[in-house]
Amino acid sequence: MSNASLEVASPSFQPQPGAPDNWRRFFTFSTDHKVIGIQYIVVAFVFFLFGGLLAMVMRGELLTPPADLVDRTVYNGLFTMHGTLMLFMWTFPMLNGLANYLVPLMIGARDMAFPRLNAAAFWLVPVFGVILTVSFFVPGGPSQSGWWAYPPVSLQNPSGNLINGQSLWILAVALSGVSSIMGAVNIVTTILRMRAPGMGWFQMPAFCWTVLSAQLIQLIGLPALTAGAVMLLFDLTVGTSFFNPELGGDPVLYQHFFWFYSHPAVYVIILPIFGVFSEVFPVYARKPLFGYPVVAVSSLIITGLSAIVWVHHMFASGTPGWMRMLFMVTTMTISVPTGIKVFAWVATVWGGRLRLTTGMLFALGGLSMFLFAGITGIMLASVPFDIHVNNTYFVVGHFHYVIYGAVVMGFYAAIYHWFPKMTGRMYYEGLGKLHFVLTFIGANLNFLPMHPMGLHGMPRRVASYDPEFAFWNVLASLGGFLLGVSTLPFILNMLSSWSRGPEAGDNPWRAIGLEWLVSSPPPHENFDEIPVVVSGPYGYGSDEPLVANSPAKE
Amino acid sequence: MNRRTIAKLIGLAIAALLLSLWIGQQAYTWMLPQAAAEAILVDNLFSFMTTIGSFIFFGVMGTLIYSMIFQRAPKYDSKDGPPIEGNLKLEIVWTAIPIMLVIWIAGFSYQTYDHMSLLGTMAPRAMGMATAAAAALEEPTAPAQSSIEVSARQWAWEFYYPEQAVRSTELHLPVNERAHLVLTSEDVLHGFFVPAFRVKQDVVPGRAIDFEFTPIREGRYRLRDSEYSGTYFAANQTNVVVESATAYEQWLATAAATPPTSAENVAHEEFRRATDNDTLGWTTVKPAPAPIVNYASSEEDPYE
Repeated sequence: MSNASLEVASPSFQPQPGAPDNWRRFFTFSTDHKVIGIQYIVVAFVFFLFGGLLAMVMRGELLTPPADLVDRTVYNGLFTMHGTLMLFMWTFPMLNGLANYLVPLMIGARDMAFPRLNAAAFWLVPVFGVILTVSFFVPGGPSQSGWWAYPPVSLQNPSGNLINGQSLWILAVALSGVSSIMGAVNIVTTILRMRAPGMGWFQMPAFCWTVLSAQLIQLIGLPALTAGAVMLLFDLTVGTSFFNPELGGDPVLYQHFFWFYSHPAVYVIILPIFGVFSEVFPVYARKPLFGYPVVAVSSLIITGLSAIVWVHHMFASGTPGWMRMLFMVTTMTISVPTGIKVFAWVATVWGGRLRLTTGMLFALGGLSMFLFAGITGIMLASVPFDIHVNNTYFVVGHFHYVIYGAVVMGFYAAIYHWFPKMTGRMYYEGLGKLHFVLTFIGANLNFLPMHPMGLHGMPRRVASYDPEFAFWNVLASLGGFLLGVSTLPFILNMLSSWSRGPEAGDNPWRAIGLEWLVSSPPPHENFDEIPVVVSGPYGYGSDEPLVANSPAKE
Repeated sequence: MNRRTIAKLIGLAIAALLLSLWIGQQAYTWMLPQAAAEAILVDNLFSFMTTIGSFIFFGVMGTLIYSMIFQRAPKYDSKDGPPIEGNLKLEIVWTAIPIMLVIWIAGFSYQTYDHMSLLGTMAPRAMGMATAAAAALEEPTAPAQSSIEVSARQWAWEFYYPEQAVRSTELHLPVNERAHLVLTSEDVLHGFFVPAFRVKQDVVPGRAIDFEFTPIREGRYRLRDSEYSGTYFAANQTNVVVESATAYEQWLATAAATPPTSAENVAHEEFRRATDNDTLGWTTVKPAPAPIVNYASSEEDPYE
């Protein structure tokens, strides 16, 4: 409905990009959601390579049982910064990039609701990226307390400086929270207020449902994390005692603050990937998304449940038995809406006419690894079993199956699927498939051996380990190095295709969706005429028109 | 669907079920020897969940792989698939079955946890939650024998047997008797973890946590710090010895008669060497000196 008012306003209502129409615009304070989307994606990918490099040094250390390649303090800094960079500099910015690029196009809007806020939210990302990078060079090194920053370890500050790795880390996380809240306000408003005429809730693509569900979690949960971070910063710098047991504080209280947001954050991450799966499978199976309304609503159910499961990270912590049992049941409940989605995707693929493009392969690979992670996830929800494997490599294996297996593979699926739209060029299928094979083998070789390690009791976050774990660690390290290699064909493919790939045309996949009605890449402000939606988002096989007018710019 | 297809599907389902049952039995071999009563309970639960998980995994993956092999569009074929938008019956089934499975797994897990009763009875009092402890009116019934005091620090484990006034860096426990421990930390969070027992509990500074379990198999097992505790976290491990009641009494008596000496300590040693050779990476918290104990264990001791 607010599109109507947008149309009335003169074109100068939204600031023009003001930059030349070439690569230089990606280095400006552009307010075009498509420029910002690509800015997010590229910055995130650079930090993905950085975080991956740290992981490969870690895997190098873990090739042999003793702590020999790097000093223990360095190893501890590496795993802390690996986790931090991968979450705050890769996953979240990458998700925001996809949402930024796709949501306005998918709902038939000319831009996000608040373009300047959008640009401001993005430009905070390099700021805290620099802070995190700089923290490697301050005396005492970067934070070495893990990405949870549990006190009292995070309060110990052996260097004695006020400016230390830990305080810079807290500052960066707080800024990341501010940026994410700005992004969330923008995306939620855009989806609620700027859908094209005729696009009711159940005409909206599943990706938008999942982004909405995820960004609602950001709005609900982030204040708790930010409050916890501020209290931690006060404990560290000005000597308050919220969490410091020596002065009567309670370290377990911090864990509640931290996980109250940081568990739902996992759903912030995975929900849009569910959305990517829901978009990709129908296109390449040439079938409507099976049970679309239920798939859409189950995202919101996951949002609701995600707020009442956080204690499952604390089953072995200072929590009483009744609390463990309560949160075990709520956690297991989440598997029901998640299962509905998995079964719906399988039913979408079943009986279709499959085209195994790179995007489809990544989505199928991501789904299979997510399935495995979901099964170990139910096991981890079971308190007695979790007591055994809590804080072991079993957990590390589980969440890397989620975050690499499902999320990174989902990102790749999204990049390959929408690459022709974003750049107007086609990528090379051969290189793409090579990338898929290397990634799929690398990820399984890296993360599957972590499960037996954990079952045999190897704790996570260790710089050295007992000799009986050596075999599985060597396998995992080989997988880790393979994952490093796997990014090379991807980078080559993206760079060469973007500069000299064949022209893609508006809709190379013959996909249904408003984003495929406009040219590739879409023009500034996307639609010449705001589309009027007249049918559902997945009309494969039924030949119904999606819109009643021709929204593309001539 | 004709009869033949249905028979084929049922056959495949039975094959998947048999395979899952077999994998569920294999799950026992993926674990360490069962050295505590709790280990038997946890392994049964793990085997049960592995069976169910395998069945779901094979069902979903089998379907997907079948599609990927047999339902691909021929080259240059631009036809769409059938426009099937959903199936209410199917969707109800795949919502109801997971709900029942969740209830089943949660029920099994609850019973298992109840039997283990690691923290004593499942009540707020048992954990020493700050508020609940303040409100409690009655004292808990004292255990028959006094608890072994487990103290964790950066980076050493120390075990104190109050009746014999014995200090040790190795935990000794009599077999087939309920072990009662009180876990305390002198500095940061640590985790008491014995993989062969399948038991674990974070050690929280400022709290004394009662923890119990029953060792049932003689031998020496690894005890590890499971909650990240700073620089030398990975080196903060020792052993548990489970022995017959007579051997246990004998050990206590010998230890009580031994004058305390400085124990071996990996963190302290490594830190001294690193500062001497100037190979320390970044500034670290200084490790506590090696514990002074009646019985000092060695990292060279063999364990299972």
